Amino acid sequence: MNSEINTSKKPESILEVREYKSLLSWLSSVDHKQLGIMYIATSLMFFLAGVSMAMIMRTQLIKPNHHWLSPETYNQIFTMHGTTMVFLAVMPMLTGFMVYFTPLMIGARDVSFPRMNALSYWLYLMGGLLIYFSFFTGDTLHMGWSAYAPLTSVNYSMNKYMIGTGVDYWIVGLLLTGAGTIMTAINIVVTVADLRAPDMKLTQIPLFVWMSSINALLMLLALPALNAALVMLFLDRQLNALFFNPAAGGTPLLWEHAFWFFGHPEVYILILPGFGIVSEVIPVFSRKPIFGYAFMAVATVAIAFLSFGVWSHHMFATGMNFTIYYVFALSSMLIAVPTGIKIFNWIATMWGGSISFDTAMLFSVAFIIQFTIGGLSGVAFATVPIDWTLTHSYFVVAHFHYTLLGGTIFTVMAGFYYWYPKITGRMLSEKLGKIQFWLMVFGFNGTFFILHFAGLAGMPRRVFTYPDLPHLATINLISSLFAYVLGLGILVFFANLVVSLFKGKPAEDNPWGGWTLEWATSSPPPPHNFDRIPPVRSIRPLWDLEQSKKQPGVAAPPSHRGDSA
Amino acid sequence: MNKIRLAMLLFVASEAVFFILLIVAYVVYHATSPSAADPSRYLDIPRTAGFTACLIISSFTMRRAGIHFRTGRRRPALAWLLATMALGTAFLTGQGSEYVSLIKQNVTISRDLFGTTFFTLTGFHGLHVFIGLIMLGTLFGLQLKRGVTGRSEAVESVSIYWHFVDAVWLIIFPVVYLWVLR
Repeated sequence: MNSEINTSKKPESILEVREYKSLLSWLSSVDHKQLGIMYIATSLMFFLAGVSMAMIMRTQLIKPNHHWLSPETYNQIFTMHGTTMVFLAVMPMLTGFMVYFTPLMIGARDVSFPRMNALSYWLYLMGGLLIYFSFFTGDTLHMGWSAYAPLTSVNYSMNKYMIGTGVDYWIVGLLLTGAGTIMTAINIVVTVADLRAPDMKLTQIPLFVWMSSINALLMLLALPALNAALVMLFLDRQLNALFFNPAAGGTPLLWEHAFWFFGHPEVYILILPGFGIVSEVIPVFSRKPIFGYAFMAVATVAIAFLSFGVWSHHMFATGMNFTIYYVFALSSMLIAVPTGIKIFNWIATMWGGSISFDTAMLFSVAFIIQFTIGGLSGVAFATVPIDWTLTHSYFVVAHFHYTLLGGTIFTVMAGFYYWYPKITGRMLSEKLGKIQFWLMVFGFNGTFFILHFAGLAGMPRRVFTYPDLPHLATINLISSLFAYVLGLGILVFFANLVVSLFKGKPAEDNPWGGWTLEWATSSPPPPHNFDRIPPVRSIRPLWDLEQSKKQPGVAAPPSHRGDSA
Repeated sequence: MNKIRLAMLLFVASEAVFFILLIVAYVVYHATSPSAADPSRYLDIPRTAGFTACLIISSFTMRRAGIHFRTGRRRPALAWLLATMALGTAFLTGQGSEYVSLIKQNVTISRDLFGTTFFTLTGFHGLHVFIGLIMLGTLFGLQLKRGVTGRSEAVESVSIYWHFVDAVWLIIFPVVYLWVLR
């Protein structure tokens, strides 16, 4: 079959793909696979910067009354750490996976609007660089990633010599990346609606695609809220508008409401594609179909819907009407229900399966446990009095690192180990992978579990140092030492990425025995993705194909031609 | 549904959230800051009602243009498109002259919360009308050159955008101009 196409030898690694060899082919690319790789590579660079800043912070906090960094420097570092991780590292990393795999998993040639896809990527890169340019303005950011007014006002960004422009670069950078994100969101939704394989129904698309599409809808409706808040802030700073100026009757609360109206859906934007990755990995490594496919999809929709109705729980401490407290506390607790459904479905998928603990599966299992811990402290926070006591303490830091680092980053790692062979044509080293996994599990839990207690002991977040009160020195020392273990684990990951690209074992087309369409093409996929698209009769088209081959009497259903010709 | 129209609908949904936030900012400050100067002294409501009518009518002319494009009638289609652009331009001119008269009375974006929220909200709406005019102009130029060939997704999606811009004003006008009358 297709012998006339396959006369030349198939490229064994992405480095050998003829179409991808020149630098120009990357700079001018509209290929979703190249753009996906560029998204992931760029976000990994920002991730490394974010990790370095985390290491600097933990070093500063290693002992009480430590004066290694000045308070200003520390403020700048935690602000850039937050901004980098949320907007420039994790979100684009997930976007990279979405852009790379959504078309492959639905049997499409590319996304619906390839040029818009390229524009999104370049807006992200340029926006990210603009945000980092604020370092060179003499006054970078020191207001925290949530940028509460009035810390962002002109008065607060003055140093001895001049009015700082760091916040302006931050605003413009975020507006650019935000515009890129909205375009990607449109692209993903339209692609899934328009370009599915000829016989693929909406009830047969892989769960990663389901969650990416819902995620895209969240981006579409949440990012404009941030953009609106940012333009108000920009007008305040540039044209002396009065939105957030209390002296003229304006209120910083408006910023907080607008920011968290974006910010809470944002935390689901940061986790939903991760849920999707795990929903692909767990069935394949348990050799069982996913348990409760429809419930998984519906729970995702429920999470997305509820996430727009919980934002005020970030602001319980600002003081509100009691009815409002009840409504937001209840809606915040309610969101644990669909999330719990997912957790149980993953466990039920593993139940009775023949599980193989490859690195991707290890990361998925650790994710389930760690994310549950993060979820439980989240439910605790939905209780108003607990929130009053613990808000702005290290308990919050521990909580959201359990969801974003122990949650999202672990799912992303699972995604890397699962899909790296497909992207590059080389396997990641399992040996390094297991070393990385255990370093990260111990490092992460050692760093952050104990920080819950720092919060309970009364240590506020975002302070550059702390007095030598009982327990605080011990807790912070332990946390910092484990942070270095975590950092080492992340270095092993980067080493694995690079070494395996050149020296990794060549990957087969379907090394894990996956069932979704991306495994039906070669590793790495040709620029046109598919020579033949297998027929889709269920959520596991490759399984169906295998079964029909085993029954010689039954003719295999016809496959469709790819768009290559 | 066609992919271009779907993309435009999604974009419009996103823009709707953006405007909701700006409208909320206006409403909150208008309702809670009693110290702000009474805007009804500055706003010329009947005049703005006239320009509002222009924008509403332009939605109907856009619809006529779309119908003619679909049935492939070139001249009426281009004429209705031109009418839409003229009405949109009239609206923008009205908004410009309103801004000039407000600034002459020293009502600026930095004067009080009314100025801040008013200029931000109407300004961003004006920007969207302007972008719509650019889209319509591009459409006009392309159709003039290429001629009309049946149903055009570009026409359909630009008209979705144009109706959206119109609808946003249908909310802004009562909220900003009629609310001050009490």
